[in-house]
Amino acid sequence: MRLGPDGRRRMTLIGTFAAAVILAIMPFPTWAEPFRPDWIGLVLIYWCLAIPERVSVGTGWLLGFIQDILYGSLLGSNALAKTLVAFLAVRLHLQLRMFPRWQQAVSVLGLLVANQLLVLWIRGAIGQAPETISYWTPSIVGALLWPWLFVILRDLRRRGGIA
Amino acid sequence: MINVFGRSIGAPSHLTRLVLLSALSVALMMLDHRGHHLEKIRAGLNVLAYPIQIIASAPAYIGRGIADFFTTRGTLREDNEKLLAERQSLLARLQQFEPLEQENRRLRQMLVSAALVADKAIAAELVEVSSEPFTRKVVVAKGSQDGVYVGQSVIDAHGVMGQVTQVAGHVSRVTLITDAGHAIPVLNNRSGLRALVFGTGNPDTVKVPYLTANADIKEGDLLVSSGMGGTFPPGYPVARVVKIVNDPNEAFLAITAKPAAQLNHGKQVLLIWRGNVPQSGGKSK
Repeated sequence: MRLGPDGRRRMTLIGTFAAAVILAIMPFPTWAEPFRPDWIGLVLIYWCLAIPERVSVGTGWLLGFIQDILYGSLLGSNALAKTLVAFLAVRLHLQLRMFPRWQQAVSVLGLLVANQLLVLWIRGAIGQAPETISYWTPSIVGALLWPWLFVILRDLRRRGGIA
Repeated sequence: MINVFGRSIGAPSHLTRLVLLSALSVALMMLDHRGHHLEKIRAGLNVLAYPIQIIASAPAYIGRGIADFFTTRGTLREDNEKLLAERQSLLARLQQFEPLEQENRRLRQMLVSAALVADKAIAAELVEVSSEPFTRKVVVAKGSQDGVYVGQSVIDAHGVMGQVTQVAGHVSRVTLITDAGHAIPVLNNRSGLRALVFGTGNPDTVKVPYLTANADIKEGDLLVSSGMGGTFPPGYPVARVVKIVNDPNEAFLAITAKPAAQLNHGKQVLLIWRGNVPQSGGKSK
């Protein structure tokens, strides 16, 4: 299949988001479940930092909405959280781009925690808050993975011809 | 401003869009939670989600297929022997069960109370996808086309697993008794004490709140479904009490129990149609 530069760009974006969605619902053994990072959130943050003029709150909302459907969670809860994450990432993208990699990871941790906190509040409001401290591990795992994920996605972005 | 597909649109600022989309999300949440107005829409969206679920569960499915293929003859024979032995012991127990059931029916007739009607159960395969982190839900490969309805009880060979909370055409989502939003009315099998079993979000513990220090409950007690509230059929094992902590500073006992059903493994569940409740939805098979 031959694609123009525009098509390649589009495929790269959709491809990475699709991979994140699949990874988010891929079956995991129960003991490993708390260690699954928020793939959708991570990929969303990356693209918001890289091309904020194309990927921002709208994409965030759409991804969160897809997540809500696939997770069977309260419709709109993840959509709201992802919208906020995208907004913050776009707002801070100039600073975050300048940060050394580890400092960037710390900021990403902040964004992921904000995302989880918002979801926790919503779930608490409807009486379904989980009572375990391991609720926060996905954010920590996500932040630890960030430096590697960043390199992989940057590579894909360059190969896809996205400036 | 250019959108995700590189087309230019005269879009408002990020902040405006944030506010608009947040308002939209909040409205959706209200509609979904308060009025349950979105059942139809959600069912439709779940149909669209089905292919994604199939793709996501494919690697596990294929992996299991390969593992099955390489199962040795020895393992199969061992399994077979084990199953035969298990069947023998179950049949032996069933012999006692039948006269007991007869006796129970006679006694109930004497008491002029409604006879217990046998429940109908249908096995359903699990679709191997994960639900939202830290919720305890599973997806099963039976939907409204098979007559599955919201609120239907789900069990396995060992006890109550949970209830159906969302139904689409070919799949439905089951909330397990360990989910933080789930509660089930139970009876203590030993003392007849009524209680509620709440999920905690932990994969293998549930809690029994609101019991005071003088309640007749001990470690090791089996809690069975009481049938109160009408959602669950009575008499199925729910959980076994593992720990009771009596903290004098607290008004209630802190009781931890372990679900009787094997919630975290197994590939199949049983959907129950109550014997005395009219079945909703058409049966295709």
